[in-house]
Amino acid sequence: MFPALLSEWIKVKTVRSTFITLLLTFVVTVGLGALVSALFAANFNHTSAADRATFDATSVSFSGIGLGQLALIVFSVLVVTSEYSSGMIRATLAAVPQRLTLLLAKVVTVLGLVAVISLLTAFVSFFLGQALLGSHRVSISDPGVTRAVFGMAIYMTLLALLSVGVAFMVRRPIPALAILMPFFFLISPILNAVPKVKNVAHYFPDVAGRQLFSVRASSDVPYGPLAGFFIVLAWAVACIGIGYLLFKRRDA
Amino acid sequence: MIEVNELTKRYGDKLAVDHLSFTIPQGVVTGFLGPNGAGKSTTMRMLLDLDRPTSGTVRIDGKHYGELREPLKYIGALLEAKAVHPGRTAHNHLRWMAASNRIPAQRVDEVLALVGLTAVAKKRSGGFSLGMGQRLGIAAALLGDPKILMFDEPVNGLDPEGIVWVRNLMKSLAAEGRTVFVSSHLMSEMALTAEHLIVIGRGRLLANLPMNEFIDQNSRSFVRLRTPQPEQLLDALSREGMTASLDGNGAWEVENGDMARIGDLAAANGVTLHELSPQRASLEEAFMRMTAEAVEYHTETPAPENPPAAWGENWKKES
Repeated sequence: MFPALLSEWIKVKTVRSTFITLLLTFVVTVGLGALVSALFAANFNHTSAADRATFDATSVSFSGIGLGQLALIVFSVLVVTSEYSSGMIRATLAAVPQRLTLLLAKVVTVLGLVAVISLLTAFVSFFLGQALLGSHRVSISDPGVTRAVFGMAIYMTLLALLSVGVAFMVRRPIPALAILMPFFFLISPILNAVPKVKNVAHYFPDVAGRQLFSVRASSDVPYGPLAGFFIVLAWAVACIGIGYLLFKRRDA
Repeated sequence: MIEVNELTKRYGDKLAVDHLSFTIPQGVVTGFLGPNGAGKSTTMRMLLDLDRPTSGTVRIDGKHYGELREPLKYIGALLEAKAVHPGRTAHNHLRWMAASNRIPAQRVDEVLALVGLTAVAKKRSGGFSLGMGQRLGIAAALLGDPKILMFDEPVNGLDPEGIVWVRNLMKSLAAEGRTVFVSSHLMSEMALTAEHLIVIGRGRLLANLPMNEFIDQNSRSFVRLRTPQPEQLLDALSREGMTASLDGNGAWEVENGDMARIGDLAAANGVTLHELSPQRASLEEAFMRMTAEAVEYHTETPAPENPPAAWGENWKKES
């Protein structure tokens, strides 16, 4: 297992796309979160009473994740699909023929690297956002805030693993991105606005993730942060599991 | 030793490999021959457990490929040129591979030098020519210093110098006692390097024999002659028990003919000869005869009876 892991780590760190996508994840998430925080602070007096009642300073500073997660998805998908688009997967499997070992090596590599980037992104987003929110800010020691900041990092990490699973299922970069990107960027937000479908859409990973990184859980959603964590985890495990079953059976 | 037993691969209703059984002899270059679409690459992928066989088995020293620990130290394979991430350097490409099988990192520089890529080791492989990609693939195959080497169409896309280099490399690898299994669709190429031959067509085994046996069995020798008085000469030949047949270009072929005797016979009968030459059928023709039944895609038009006119000869007709 260790040689396979080292090998995957060398692969990840020797292509430029890793640095570009992870840097984008950080910059977009932090930057957009800061922008939204600054706008909130400037316009707080003009917002409605209802909005003020549900105001959550922590999740406002994480507003950038909606867009930032797309770069994270690209990173995770490319870790798997670049092997298929170049044909390198055959060299990889000739070197490591145990497919479970190979898949786990990729999962652990992504897990380790993304966990570091996610923690960095979550904490920087939080502190920068709070600084810009001025008098509306919360402190890291307030109840539920530390959990929400770590929740953000956990959500990002699990999202990356979910994407790795989907990439193993579809193998080609464009179809994998064509499934994941609209799902997180369009389909889930739209379905969550449709009254009846909403009950199902509540269990989508991005909604569950939002429960995880908000201090005030949304009252629309019928579960709290802990359940949110397990829902995102279940999505990630299911995608990797299905990805593995297909990967094990198929010709490379 | 690699043993292939009743190996079969089906894609939908198409049988790509059909109950193929053979053993690859150790320590020599074995040519794996077949027309395009015969199932050579599919077979090679199944040897490495990349494609799952529909039925049948492959055993490498009695083991399944997936059971080999650090398989690159057993078998090195070149499957397709440029199966590398275009953004990764040649050096880094070999580095991840070495790490996966606990091969010391200095071996990377050794194989890069061996294939002549040291100067471009730190360049991204995306900018490599087909020939450089092929050399990188060969470096990858040699990385683990394996006993068995497998090359799928290694001379494809190489310039003449590269072709000679690959030929010599394969011979020297076999001379070191390694087993070299190399696929090709060119008999003439194999005749220069391989000691043993495994021929397949439409996924089925057509021949499995030492190269020199194949040459003995298939190299037809005959004498070609041209004469303005064919009737007289044919009579004279048949009196001596020889038969001649027209070859389609106005020349006659005498199977296993003795050139001196035919010349004497012509002189004795006062027949003018315009050509008298010894001929050997090429191995390529023998290979084509063997696989004619098994060719996947037949061309519709038969080979031209007469050679096409030289360039410029037809200008008068067109005007």
